[in-house]
Amino acid sequence: MKRKQGMHTMSDKASDIVLVVLTALIMLIIAYPLYYVVVASVSDPYDVYAGKTFLIPSQFTLEGYKMVFKNSSLFNGFLHSILYTVLGTVFSVAMVYLTAFPLSKKKLPGRKWISIFFIITMYFGGGLIPTYLVVRDTGLLNTMWALFLPGGVAMGNVIIVRNFFENNIPKELYEAAEIDGANDFTTFWRIVVPLSRSIMAVIVVFSMVAYWNDWFTALIYLQKDQYPFPLVLRGILITSEAMTQMTGGMSYAESNRISELVKFASMIVAAAPMLILYPFVQKYFEQGFMSGAVKG
Amino acid sequence: MSTVTKAEGKKVKPLKHGKSLGRRIMENWQLYLMLLIPIAITIVYKYIPMYGIQIAFRNYKPAQGFFGSKWVGLDWFERFFTAPTFGRMIKNTVLLSTLSLLFSFPVPILLALAINQLRFKRYKRVVQTVLYAPHFISIMVVCGMIRIFLSPYGGLINLIFGNQIDYMTLPEAFRPIYIISGIWQDAGWGTIIYLATLSAVDPGLYEAAKIDGASMFQRIRVIDVPELIPMVILQLIMAVSGIMSVGFEKVFLLQTQLNKATSDVIAVYVYEQGIVDHAYSYSTAIGLFNTVINIILLVVVNKIAKKAADVSFV
Repeated sequence: MKRKQGMHTMSDKASDIVLVVLTALIMLIIAYPLYYVVVASVSDPYDVYAGKTFLIPSQFTLEGYKMVFKNSSLFNGFLHSILYTVLGTVFSVAMVYLTAFPLSKKKLPGRKWISIFFIITMYFGGGLIPTYLVVRDTGLLNTMWALFLPGGVAMGNVIIVRNFFENNIPKELYEAAEIDGANDFTTFWRIVVPLSRSIMAVIVVFSMVAYWNDWFTALIYLQKDQYPFPLVLRGILITSEAMTQMTGGMSYAESNRISELVKFASMIVAAAPMLILYPFVQKYFEQGFMSGAVKG
Repeated sequence: MSTVTKAEGKKVKPLKHGKSLGRRIMENWQLYLMLLIPIAITIVYKYIPMYGIQIAFRNYKPAQGFFGSKWVGLDWFERFFTAPTFGRMIKNTVLLSTLSLLFSFPVPILLALAINQLRFKRYKRVVQTVLYAPHFISIMVVCGMIRIFLSPYGGLINLIFGNQIDYMTLPEAFRPIYIISGIWQDAGWGTIIYLATLSAVDPGLYEAAKIDGASMFQRIRVIDVPELIPMVILQLIMAVSGIMSVGFEKVFLLQTQLNKATSDVIAVYVYEQGIVDHAYSYSTAIGLFNTVINIILLVVVNKIAKKAADVSFV
């Protein structure tokens, strides 16, 4: 280690400093908009729009957050999102595992053709309307299943998991299990699932993010009273409807104030869960992507 | 059991394991059983819709279904090509994605080259965590932020520059908004694939280069850049082949009546015609047109890349 340090020249030190300053600046550009929304979500909106909240909150208030959970359409959207995310993730991860395990078995007759059968769906699809018509004709319209089934099997995740099985689970374990008389189901439950917890954590997070943030599928297939949180947000942020119903009975100024507060608070409520989650599996990202890209 | 005997009868030549194909299929029945639901879902929700694309050439009527509806040939395509906004949609789609690719594509590469040189591991991890963050935020929230920040009444951008410009109504502002917010959201995430590639570089190479007196910049140029090139080409092929598929969701959420001159793209039209107006066949035809161009681009770019750099993806 000593020798290495001695070799860092003056120019190296200088470029290190430049690099640190540069990356710090980039971090600032990335993080500041989010920080600004957090500050605005607990500040008086009139101060926010007067430019008094660039760095710290002004007239601290949690009213916006209270409103998000008090308002029935927002709160229902929030609950729907939790439900869809949990069930969707369980379903999606189960499908990924059920597909990845057989495809990782070199001895499986027809493995190549089955792989191609699945991989084709990564590049070609029926498109919006033919898929919509099949969803409608199979009776999924206005049911939660319309959010899970039409996506099929998440092939990107299958490739990541399959490569993990092939590269990280020792062949000897399979052989030993076979000698002990274990069948494929037992091997799957007793060896493969427990030994692949790290990669499972990654695809659990990927699936959760996908379902938590999805709104377009719900827009096409579900009814208003089934909407997930981001789609309720759309009414507030994009089309600016539905705020009057929420602030009915208040004075004009007060209702304006509340609806602006809710905008900021609800964006934080929508973004925070996934932002808290991903750092836990961040160290596996590179590994997962590499195996996906190289052998995909 | 009849399949087993049949297969045994056909395959006289012994297979690798000395067992017949039928026998090997039977031995793996549990693996096939596991694949049953995934395959069923894929057939129903992926392959049947692909087969259903033929309604682009039919006059789809719900009562007559995918295959009973009347064949109309290329009528829908003709209608699309002669639509009053056809030229504008093609131009907007191609321009938006080409400009977006042009400006967005190099950013993750440069970021990865910089991050890879960071020597303080803990700081490096913090940088990565922060840069990945926007990728995990819903496009709905990102578009909400964009609209609030660009509001003429106390929006962040107008506060900073002391203006009262309503950017969301300006057609000339739409493309920069789309591209800059796209870089903000996904450039950090895009570094992963390049950082993973760079992590394969033998550290001994850097040491050797240092002994030879190479500066950090020279080390990047001589060691890192060549290492990255195949991956860059691969990513470029994938990006170019998707050029007709602009990010529908963001365009949809950022479109206003007043910026349509630049924000009117094919994907939004497909949605409006199909889901809003129930013009199923017409919408499918437009979607198909889009897909065909994407496939052509994929094949062409792949050929070019193969010739130029001996890298092939497809």
